[in-house]
Amino acid sequence: MATPELRTLVIEKEFSHPPEKVWRALTQGALIKEWLMDNDFQPVVGHKFSFRATPVANWSGVIDSQVLVVEPNRKLSYSWGTLGLDTAVTWTLAATATGTLLRMEQTGFGPDQDANYKGAKYGWTKFIGNMERVVSELR
Amino acid sequence: MPNPATDTVFKALADPTRRAIFERLTRDGRQTVHALTARSGVSQPMVSKHLSALKRARLVRHRREGRETHYSVRPEALAPLVDWMTQYGAFWRDRFARLENLLDRMD
Repeated sequence: MATPELRTLVIEKEFSHPPEKVWRALTQGALIKEWLMDNDFQPVVGHKFSFRATPVANWSGVIDSQVLVVEPNRKLSYSWGTLGLDTAVTWTLAATATGTLLRMEQTGFGPDQDANYKGAKYGWTKFIGNMERVVSELR
Repeated sequence: MPNPATDTVFKALADPTRRAIFERLTRDGRQTVHALTARSGVSQPMVSKHLSALKRARLVRHRREGRETHYSVRPEALAPLVDWMTQYGAFWRDRFARLENLLDRMD
């Protein structure tokens, strides 16, 4: 069997705030909770932690992570594993004339599925939907 | 590229009644055959038959407790079908918006 080709999701956005400030929002637990999820993150390579949302049916609400890279104000990476998906999330910060270009790469997705399979999300869409809903209730 | 595991999952979910049972387990969590029958509109032997097919496709697991058998979904069985990137793309875009909102409020 051929090795499945892994894919990467990339999202980039420029913020009108300096990298030092964006870095704080990415690395201070209380701030991470404000925009992402409750967590016990520490900016220490090797630190094992989890992101936690309220559990829903068939999902513990837990994302298992470990810090992989910490380069203050420049680069942060951690593993992101839940629901059988094992990926890594990497944040890259680059100073611009007016603020920070923030790039998020999530790597480790399996190969693209046949278009016929795209509609067959069933429970998964609901899990993610629930996660969204639950997290917004936390705020 | 045909994937035998995906084929099995698709065949198991091709039947609308079976898919409805699976979706109910997904939505509402672990349930007994009794509870599933009460809301499925088909007889208990039919529900049991559908559950056996879902079990063969490894989409559900069961556990006996006293006189009742409880069924629950195995979410990992659906992994081959999920377009994770679309799911996470929407997730992170939303989180970027929240991050921007937070940055605007921070000192």
